[in-house]
Amino acid sequence: MSRPARHRGLVAGALVAIAALVVSSCGAGGRPEDGEGGGGGGASDVGVTADTVKVGAHFPLTGVAAPGYSEIPTGAKAYFEYVNANGGVHGRTIEYVFRDDAYNPTNTSQVTNELVLQDEIFAMVGGLGTPTHSAVLDFLNGEGVPDLFVSSGSLLWDQPEQNPMTFGWQPDYEVEGKIIGQYVKQNMPDAKVGLFLQDDDFGEDGEKGARAYIDDQIVAAERYAPGNTDIGPQIAALQAAGAEVIIGFNVPSYTALSQLTALRLNYKPQWIYSNVGSDPALVGALLSRFSEGKVTDASLIDGAITTEYLPGVEESDDPWTRLWQKVWDAHGGEGKLTNYRIYGMSQAYTFVQALQAAGPEPTREGIVEALERVGGELRGPAFVPYRYSADSHAGLSGVKVVRISGDGTKDLGPVQVTDNGDADITEHTEKHAPPPPDGIPDVQPVG
Amino acid sequence: MRALVHRVLPSSVLLRHVLAVLAALVVVVLVLETTSQFRNSQFATMSYYAIAAVGLTVLTGLNGQISLGHGALMAVGAYTTALLLADGAVPFPLAMLAATAVTALVGVVVGAAAARLHGPYLAGATLALAVGVPGLAIYFDGLLGGEQGLRVSSPRPPDWLDDALYFLTANDLTGAKYLAYLGWGTLLLVLLLLANLMAGRYGRVWRAVRDDEVAAELAGLRLGRLRVLAFVVSAACAGLAGSVLAMVVRLAAPSGFTIVLSLSLLTAVVVGGLGSLTGALLGSALLVFLPPAVTNVGTSAGLTGVQAAQLAPFVYGVVLVVVMLVAPGGVMGLVRSWRRRGLRQGGSR
Repeated sequence: MSRPARHRGLVAGALVAIAALVVSSCGAGGRPEDGEGGGGGGASDVGVTADTVKVGAHFPLTGVAAPGYSEIPTGAKAYFEYVNANGGVHGRTIEYVFRDDAYNPTNTSQVTNELVLQDEIFAMVGGLGTPTHSAVLDFLNGEGVPDLFVSSGSLLWDQPEQNPMTFGWQPDYEVEGKIIGQYVKQNMPDAKVGLFLQDDDFGEDGEKGARAYIDDQIVAAERYAPGNTDIGPQIAALQAAGAEVIIGFNVPSYTALSQLTALRLNYKPQWIYSNVGSDPALVGALLSRFSEGKVTDASLIDGAITTEYLPGVEESDDPWTRLWQKVWDAHGGEGKLTNYRIYGMSQAYTFVQALQAAGPEPTREGIVEALERVGGELRGPAFVPYRYSADSHAGLSGVKVVRISGDGTKDLGPVQVTDNGDADITEHTEKHAPPPPDGIPDVQPVG
Repeated sequence: MRALVHRVLPSSVLLRHVLAVLAALVVVVLVLETTSQFRNSQFATMSYYAIAAVGLTVLTGLNGQISLGHGALMAVGAYTTALLLADGAVPFPLAMLAATAVTALVGVVVGAAAARLHGPYLAGATLALAVGVPGLAIYFDGLLGGEQGLRVSSPRPPDWLDDALYFLTANDLTGAKYLAYLGWGTLLLVLLLLANLMAGRYGRVWRAVRDDEVAAELAGLRLGRLRVLAFVVSAACAGLAGSVLAMVVRLAAPSGFTIVLSLSLLTAVVVGGLGSLTGALLGSALLVFLPPAVTNVGTSAGLTGVQAAQLAPFVYGVVLVVVMLVAPGGVMGLVRSWRRRGLRQGGSR
């Protein structure tokens, strides 16, 4: 290299450095302030304007978890549109944005950024999945975004001190496990019990609940890793241990797989599935797909035991189901009313209650405080009350045990409620109130 | 014009690259300061895809080894970072370095096996890596958190940096922007190192190995060692990318490192143009910005949320097919052929 060349290089370097300095200092003078928050009249907080409230959620709309779960937001949307068509909440209509995360936590964090930072939602309502939602738990709480009614029964959502903005909704898996455990103890006291568990919080919490009652009856606990579709070894191990009753804390696709595997092994125990894994319509469709048409409906899980906390689509004379049918007929899109859509509508109903309680000028802090103060008294589509208070962000408090019969269910016992840990199980005797005549809750503002 | 460019630019390759990176840094600062928080978070996402993609383009484009297992290498980096940052004792730059080193070590092992394999066999072996490694996280769920993964406490901007940037730009340093700076700072550093490596002796011999093994061996090059080295460099990039991913996503979970991740890295590299750092950047930008853009177009065209979500993978597939048909050399291949045509016309003058 010649000497002048090196020299020129240094000069050019200095020039660029100066340019960099100049450019970045320009920024200081040029730009006044950032435009955070929504402006305009009647806007009490981010995502709230004089006539709208914007909420959002993440769901698996594509990919392996999409069957079933992708119907939840369509149900919620239909109910929000029904409320909007009837005047909205405190004169505001609800805008509902839901985005696809394909059940991949990396995507969840991206779409949540999009919802919170670009769409500027007021609150997250019903974000789905334990691994997915736990990826955004810190972010939502750090940004102060109300994170209401997570669509998962994990115990993670009930940590009011660590995550003050997050609330659970459905009965958590431990509560469900306890009630199933007590049912088995009372009705099949001599049966050998096997557990079939998803290898994460779902199976772990459910196992904890069940063991609280029937630890001495459990002869085997087998776990599967989600994604691994060969569960032959697990089912064979349960068979070898002589289990006459199997309690499954698994997702719908593994309900179908466990049925087909047991069929192949000529193994006929009494199956008990958690609510999450027992939707007859979806399990029937999955059975048909996995067996390549050899099994065409849900008749395999006919007679299996599960739990329920919402009136289902087959209970067509229940006043709540009639309301959901009316809402879906008027505002739904393609397809029929399903249990997943009812789930979404029920969450949407709870959000409308919370928004009403937050008053005519809702704020993010305000809606959390309102839920803590009156959440325990709210009544809605579920058979049981919520456990919301200043010290608890846990959702519904119980379930009833039912037997699957055709596409519907038959009650096996009363509605029961309990809490996490040592809390006793008690019968819930309060009558399940029908929905208000216009189908829209009427909660008085708090404070 | 060409003469002018030559007179202004220094002739030292290193200095030229340093200048380019400095210029890029200015652009990055300008872009991050003028875009919204959400765009910042998208840029943060793009940075980790790009770090892994530039590493992969060195391996595949320059050395001719295919890898379908880079997602798994990113997982190694992400989990290392998550474990080190768990109790808050280790500062994050150290965690990033450790993630890079650990993944490079894994790269030595995998690379040693990979150097003996060719074509479809190599693709198969690395594919097995991509499928197998996330399973480890589920098997050792006590340490690695199973299906739910490990939550990562991503670094908060230190006060002095917040103050300094506020002094310069009068903007507050948000979490999203800080992570974007972190990601892009790392990316620019990686680009600088790789650009030098590619312009130097190793770039030359890697190309020689790719183009004609026999000729390279006759020229005295040790094929195996060079292949392993290329794999290690590429793995180190993937590990660093995984480390940035863990901090940006705040989570290391097996469902984040599926085979889809490895494949999208490869498509990013191919769509951008094999062997080109700029191409890898373009490809990663496509990965990050295309799906939400398509979804938004779909929604505003009146599709339902579910349909709009399904549109994104479809359009992505169409783009891939079109690129393969129209520009098999990727975007940078197209640019290069235009430039060559321009030169030929210029030469006839």
